[in-house]
Amino acid sequence: MSSVAITPERPNYLNQEYGVRSWLLTTDHKRIGLLYLMSITFFFFIGGFFALLIRLELLTPAGDLVLADTYNKLFTMHGQVMVFFFLVPSIPAVLGNFLVPIMIGAKDLAFPRINLLSWYVYMVAGLIMLHCILIGGADTGWTFYTPFSTAFSHASVIEAGVSIFIAGFSSILTGLNIVVTVHRMRAPGMTWSRLPLFVWSQYATSIIMLLGTPVLAITLLLVVFERAFNLGIFDPNRGGDPLLFQHLFWFYSHPAVYIMILPAMGVVSEVVACFTRKRIFGYSAMATAVIGIAVLGFLVWAHHMFVAGISLYSALVFSLLSYFVAVPSAVKVFNWTATMYKGSIKFTTPMLYAFGFIGLFTMGGLTGLFLACLGVDVHVTDTYFVIAHFHYIMVGGAVMGYLGGLHYWWPKISGRMYPESWGRLAALIVFLGFNLTFFPQFVLGYLGMPRRYWQYPQEFQVLNILSTAGATILAVGYVLPMIYFVWSMRYGKIADGNPWHAAGLEWMTPSPPPTFNFDETPVVTWEAYNYEEIPAPEEVRIER
Amino acid sequence: MFENFPLWPARASTMAGNVDALFVFLLLLSAFMCAAIFSMILIFALKYRHRANVEAEQIEGSTMLELTWSIIPGGIFLFIFAWGAFIFFQERTPPQGASTVYVVAKQWMWKLQHEEGHSEINELHVPVGKDVKLVMTSQDVIHSFYVPAFRIKQDVLPGRYTIAWFHATRPGTYHLFCAEYCGTMHSGMIGNIVVMEAANYENWLAGGRASGSLASAGQDIFQQLGCVTCHRTDTQGRGPNLVGVFGHQVQLEDGRNVLADENYIRESILDPPAKVVSGFKPIMPVFQGLVSEEQLNALVAYVKSLSAAPAGVAATPSMVPAGSKQ
Amino acid sequence: MSDSPAVLDHHNPELRHHFADMGQQKNAASLGMWLFLGTEVMFFGGMFLAYLIYRRWYYPEFVVASNSLNLPIGAANTAILICSSLSVALAIRAAQTNKRVQTVVMLVLTLVFGLAFLGVKAKEWHDKFVEHHVPGTSFHFEGSMPGHPEAKINPAHAQVFFSMYFAMTGMHALHMIIGVGIFLWLIYQAWKGRFNSEYYTPLENSGLYWHFVDIIWIYLFPLFYLIDRHK
Repeated sequence: MSSVAITPERPNYLNQEYGVRSWLLTTDHKRIGLLYLMSITFFFFIGGFFALLIRLELLTPAGDLVLADTYNKLFTMHGQVMVFFFLVPSIPAVLGNFLVPIMIGAKDLAFPRINLLSWYVYMVAGLIMLHCILIGGADTGWTFYTPFSTAFSHASVIEAGVSIFIAGFSSILTGLNIVVTVHRMRAPGMTWSRLPLFVWSQYATSIIMLLGTPVLAITLLLVVFERAFNLGIFDPNRGGDPLLFQHLFWFYSHPAVYIMILPAMGVVSEVVACFTRKRIFGYSAMATAVIGIAVLGFLVWAHHMFVAGISLYSALVFSLLSYFVAVPSAVKVFNWTATMYKGSIKFTTPMLYAFGFIGLFTMGGLTGLFLACLGVDVHVTDTYFVIAHFHYIMVGGAVMGYLGGLHYWWPKISGRMYPESWGRLAALIVFLGFNLTFFPQFVLGYLGMPRRYWQYPQEFQVLNILSTAGATILAVGYVLPMIYFVWSMRYGKIADGNPWHAAGLEWMTPSPPPTFNFDETPVVTWEAYNYEEIPAPEEVRIER
Repeated sequence: MFENFPLWPARASTMAGNVDALFVFLLLLSAFMCAAIFSMILIFALKYRHRANVEAEQIEGSTMLELTWSIIPGGIFLFIFAWGAFIFFQERTPPQGASTVYVVAKQWMWKLQHEEGHSEINELHVPVGKDVKLVMTSQDVIHSFYVPAFRIKQDVLPGRYTIAWFHATRPGTYHLFCAEYCGTMHSGMIGNIVVMEAANYENWLAGGRASGSLASAGQDIFQQLGCVTCHRTDTQGRGPNLVGVFGHQVQLEDGRNVLADENYIRESILDPPAKVVSGFKPIMPVFQGLVSEEQLNALVAYVKSLSAAPAGVAATPSMVPAGSKQ
Repeated sequence: MSDSPAVLDHHNPELRHHFADMGQQKNAASLGMWLFLGTEVMFFGGMFLAYLIYRRWYYPEFVVASNSLNLPIGAANTAILICSSLSVALAIRAAQTNKRVQTVVMLVLTLVFGLAFLGVKAKEWHDKFVEHHVPGTSFHFEGSMPGHPEAKINPAHAQVFFSMYFAMTGMHALHMIIGVGIFLWLIYQAWKGRFNSEYYTPLENSGLYWHFVDIIWIYLFPLFYLIDRHK
């Protein structure tokens, strides 16, 4: 039942203060999370728009929609915007900022002003990126390989590099805040082993942000310096080594993909626990797995370079290590599946996204086994097989996790329910559109269609058409939540503190929460996911 | 399969079948894992869907299960690793006695030089059933030599040689793609590998404007640039005698032993002080910037021709970059 | 319990509202600064890695290029920075013992040392510019292989040395400049009497930052100035 009029509200973080200044100068982690929500949604649609143009061009084998240089800029900017301005911040800066303090019983993050600073740093970087796009953008691919980026490109490489360099600091500050918060701000009784798995995954993600991002920063800076001041660090004509760039770049960019997926895994754990109404199977294994993925993720970077000119023996080592990191990821999928056993499962929108995540992440992860395999990788690297692989994980995994999380915590964030039928419909459209877009790309890759191709041989056309058709469907699935979330802020059913009857401290405070999260600091005496103590919506219980 | 809608690439080399076999194994394994997981999820979703008055059962976990489903996948992964590594080792080890084609990549074309002296642009004619080794370098940015039908791919770098090889098994024309983004016409940097029956290939060789073999062109350059004044074939030269050098170990002044492969020859021309042969002084002039890639290829081919077939040395390609001290 | 630290804390104007007590606040700030310094290690680490690789490949050129740097000036700068780390440690000590004036004096001394370092560095860079040792189109460097006066080194490899030199000392200098800004702010706060035995966290954490910048230089100095100098 929806309410049109807003009944007199108790003070909460949304209505405590009004006005633009109260938002732009806020230090409340919840408001900052919403500021990030606005910004990353904006960049998501920019990056998505570029994706649509790419798919439109690829409807025909000839390059007949845009110029070759324009196409090269489109895929570059699509990658840069999506990776650095959407995926990396998405869950940590929106949901992480909003929820981590509440989940551990704290009043705010450890450094609220630094939190606000991180958003401003992100915005400065974003404005520079927008300007870079408006003057044409970079055309190096999101990977900036030298010597093309340092000595041959005529596009706005320096500006793009500077923009991402600055965005990296936003990431570092967010990670720093979360690590210190989890270490120092837990409420009495909230021990490490009682932390929700979402917090564990945010913590692991933040460790990666702290250790990896600075290496990207210095790498991009060296590229910018080389271009601006004509240094020769990566120029083979002057004794420099282009492969040095690749090692430095991937040292960050591989762990970066775990920055993008671990938070989504955290969301899935929360959602699956709630909508099976039981604790996650194997809590310790799950927490260990996220830390294991974070650590092992730093040891595998050169699996992006198997054909780049590294030695045979390097390749062997990195291939072997890459298989090690696959194990904890697989373990997580098994544990989520096991959680459903003897659960009491509800198919709400967040749960549909969780199912979608598990399925698509499984497929994407399995294709990672193909890529880690040296003999096969030689054939499929730098083809659409890789593109399909990482989109299965980034889009089928991370974005679905993000959307699932948004839906799950929407009542907490806004005090309103989104319309459930529309939610389920959008989830289904996203799932179908996604598979149609990206599954054909596995076939294209094995057939040999290289990536970053503006034009392609005729025999690849049918699969490309299927892929573009899927992309248009996927776009619809993404636009729908935009519309109904905004709609729900005015017309959505008013939510109480715990509409899902879920476990977790965030559900023990009103929706939306007061500015300082809790009226009294909670004292925790229960384990995480204590669903046996939380009554289901129906009161009468009969043991199975 | 279908003409305009192929679903599987052609197999035209000895490696293609091996790669496909492993790929199919991985496909089956993945299909099995997906089927297993998805069907369990489906069954659980249906069987344990929420029903009024039925509670979930709180299950902590099971260390035994965790170990099982860590160790078994781990073992399978190790198996996949080993199989893939084995194939990779074959892909990276050109057989002895392979004929050599020198490849120079530049934005946005492929230049190919046969030992016999033929030059081609964007097209490579090869005989079926013979080992062909590619010695490749770039004039500008990083490119990548990719022939899907052969299942081979190797990045082509400026400043050094990288090596690939294949043994074509079926006559036909197959795509050659550049697979490392290299600028505006990256997607236009494509060509054909034309695999011919032996007789047709001989005809093709004979019909080309044979201006002499690559090695003889190299010999001309060797004279023009004055290399011959120091690199004499007697013991009086200020530089080492190059006869018999290629393919064998060389002792350096600092005590190291290195293999004299294509990259060694290249580096010795472009950056002589990097590796000085034992007993000689570092007085050779630096030719960086004074020779083109094609001239370098010819010189390498010439020095190679001064060796008998290397005895007992596997032609393991060295990925040593120019200027490195290994 | 009325004199317990927690109660006293609530009267401390420096306690931020989201912390339970000053102890928690100090711990959080310290952990934050150490983590930040960890990121700085990773940041500089990339450049150290590049340096190490190129040094291994082009050792003779690195020797010759290193010997062309001004050793006495580099050594003097090292001494200046070490003194500045001492002065900032003394500033913290002064705050811990409630000596406001001494705190300010020590901070000013640190600032002076820092500016002296930057001035000396500016002169060094200027000299390099005049000698055409700055990488780029006007780069010019000649030298012979150590031990072989008739053999010339490859100037391209020497250029790599100087690229790393300017990149790393430049990044270090940038961190020093930021440090100077931080210390200006600290001097102002100390003058206003903000720091005392109950609260000196910003001093301590800024001191950590300054020590870190010092340590980076202590690595840079031998790696760039002291290659093969013992002959």
